[in-house]
Amino acid sequence: MFYREAGQLKTSYASDMAILPLREDRTLVFAILAIAYLVVPFFLTDFWLSAVAIPFLAYAMAAMGLNILTGYCGQLSLGTGGFLAAGAYSAYKITTAFPELNLVFVFLAAGLCTAIVGLAFGIPSLRIKGFYLAVATLAAQFFIVWLVTRVPWFTNYNASGQIQMPGRTILGYQVTGGAISGTAQYLFALTFVAVFALIAKNFSRTNTGRAWMAIRDMDIAAELIGIRPLYAKLSAFAVSSFYIGIAGAMMFGLWLSSVEPSSSFGINQSFLVLFMVIIGGLGTVLGSFLGAGFLVLLPLLLSVVLVDWFGIVPSQAKHAEILTMGILIVFFLIAEPHGLAKIWQTTREKLRLWPFPY
Amino acid sequence: MALSKKLAAGILVSALAAAPAVNAAELIVPAFEYRTGAYAPNGIPFWNGFSDYLTLLNERDGGIGGVKIKITPCETSYDNKLGVECYEKTKQGALIVNPVSTGISYALIPKAPVDKIPLLTSAYGRTSVANGRIFPWVFNFPVNYWSAASVIVKYMGEKEGGMDKLKGKKIALVYLNNAYGKEPIPTLTALSKKHGFEFSSYPVDAPGNEQKATWLQIRRDRPDWVLLWGYGVMNQVSIKEAAGIRFPMDHFIGNWWSSSENDVKPAGAEANGYLGSAFHAPGAGFQVHKDVLKYVYDAGKAVDPSFKDRMGEVLYNRGLVTAMYTAEAIAKAQELHKTKEVTGEMVRDGLEALDITAGRLKAIGFDGLVEPVKVTCANHEGPARGAIQQWDATAGKWKLVSGYYDSDREVIDPLIKADSEQYAKENNVTPRDCK
Repeated sequence: MFYREAGQLKTSYASDMAILPLREDRTLVFAILAIAYLVVPFFLTDFWLSAVAIPFLAYAMAAMGLNILTGYCGQLSLGTGGFLAAGAYSAYKITTAFPELNLVFVFLAAGLCTAIVGLAFGIPSLRIKGFYLAVATLAAQFFIVWLVTRVPWFTNYNASGQIQMPGRTILGYQVTGGAISGTAQYLFALTFVAVFALIAKNFSRTNTGRAWMAIRDMDIAAELIGIRPLYAKLSAFAVSSFYIGIAGAMMFGLWLSSVEPSSSFGINQSFLVLFMVIIGGLGTVLGSFLGAGFLVLLPLLLSVVLVDWFGIVPSQAKHAEILTMGILIVFFLIAEPHGLAKIWQTTREKLRLWPFPY
Repeated sequence: MALSKKLAAGILVSALAAAPAVNAAELIVPAFEYRTGAYAPNGIPFWNGFSDYLTLLNERDGGIGGVKIKITPCETSYDNKLGVECYEKTKQGALIVNPVSTGISYALIPKAPVDKIPLLTSAYGRTSVANGRIFPWVFNFPVNYWSAASVIVKYMGEKEGGMDKLKGKKIALVYLNNAYGKEPIPTLTALSKKHGFEFSSYPVDAPGNEQKATWLQIRRDRPDWVLLWGYGVMNQVSIKEAAGIRFPMDHFIGNWWSSSENDVKPAGAEANGYLGSAFHAPGAGFQVHKDVLKYVYDAGKAVDPSFKDRMGEVLYNRGLVTAMYTAEAIAKAQELHKTKEVTGEMVRDGLEALDITAGRLKAIGFDGLVEPVKVTCANHEGPARGAIQQWDATAGKWKLVSGYYDSDREVIDPLIKADSEQYAKENNVTPRDCK
């Protein structure tokens, strides 16, 4: 009843190959985008902006990047924290060296720098697989954090080793630094994430994306049929690091404005993004968003409910929150090992048939 | 079914109304507590002291100027991201913010002038905020990290028999590898050039549970003095490791965040003689403690009633002192602007005009606990003096073993000027005039 597919005929190749062939799906996605762009800015307080919206968007971007690497190409990576740091520090160096450069180009350039770094650390993937590759990518994590801590050039010779994002404007509205326009910052981040989500969704339909998926499914068979592992794996690392670099620049520039590498980009960040990808659903763009929402927004919701609604002491609420998150993660992985995106997919399939059972 | 729908609706409504309703006649002081995580052993005593003093003012004096103080606690676990989240959650109507974390302070410094809420980072945070011309909204009196380093070096010189005897000595710094830990390095480098000692630094990655390699290196390098700039669980591990390599404790000096009871107790008797810098006295024998016992603990108003026997711990006293500075600033703001219901901007003026004399300290029960403080427009660091305390393992108590030293302004003032001017250049801040 929800999906009225009768009569939805495709009359051109383009419409047949659309990402969202069903009208109901298109309506849903456009409705979500409309709400995100037109409705949310009116309800955006400072708290909602910097504790909910921007972290969610930044982590969604990082999760999309890791999903490309781990979900599409099957290369397990624990270097996400290091690549986030690379994105943040390249954004810092570029914007302090070229203060007149538009922030969009700063972020894109930061992504490019991180892509080059990711390419370098992706080379072990040509020889090792699975958990062993995860350990090799740990080298990226620890090396990059060590490098930005040790070499004072990265922090512009600042005594304390912390970098601070200077104020930058987009179309006349300030989006970084102290006196920001909250709506402008939110819309800026949202546009980045929306555009790159569309690109990520399209990747699975290109030659490169199909090569990644072949490598993921059975890399020896892929090699035998003529897919070159070197190009496939290294391009996966490059594209993934590009996304993660932009996410790192967003975290630094838009969310925190002041980062120190050990706490903001430590190994815990790598695990957090990996969990987002796994719980959200490997190999899906929706999974990145659901995973980011689950691991970023749910603890916040729990703390708001426990502290403000039930009046529990904040430190007790924190313990309860950690416990609850752990239980929920275990529960969801038992209930649906393929992640939250699979739950949505199953629900959608059922909705397509509802009220009929088959 | 209906109940869970109502619950869901209720959760949605409360989630939307994230900031709780504000009572007009209350002085709102947020507390970015960390009672969980790796830094909880240091956070719990501090925040108990902080809350207890403000509760004392509410119970004994009816608040400040007759207006009750409302503490809004929020758990940060010493994480920068949660710190920013807590700030955004509690800043509605807040008068003054005490982040008690150098990392969180850095994140909040650009927000203070925009939200018009002053930041008090007493003895931590970004050191160069001492320059009030460039940081009108951030204060770090009564002393900062660079002055701490200078005071410790003066004590070392005194123990060696004169500052000239420091020439050729080896001084090592073991530090937590984050912004907080790196703070003293520029000053110690400058002082090493001035006095001729050899300075080396040994970073320890957070949270600092693994330090065997660092201390083996120190045993090999044999410095004469070791400074500790750690926090949380790193401190106790460092002290245990130092005892393990039999480094003489009376040549081992921690800064004031690395010398508290929970840092030395795990090492037991071996930590005897460990030194630490301080800007207030330890111990529970002061008038304010008697008042807290009477009006807060015995009246059942304490936020952590089990802490009664631990009153007087170093970090507890620090919480008392920081709360006292907060309260005095609010009182000063009320006096300057002649109104009981002050705003963040008025409290900023109060902080800048703060002049806590010895007579005032005696009146509020802090006589002997802390030194008088005077803050001016250009100098947000105040007196910049510190002393040295020592741990007596048998008695289980800290004791001040020196007088208060002045810091070496000749070395520190140019460093502050350079660092704050770099900030001003990068962030387009025009220094204001200070009459």
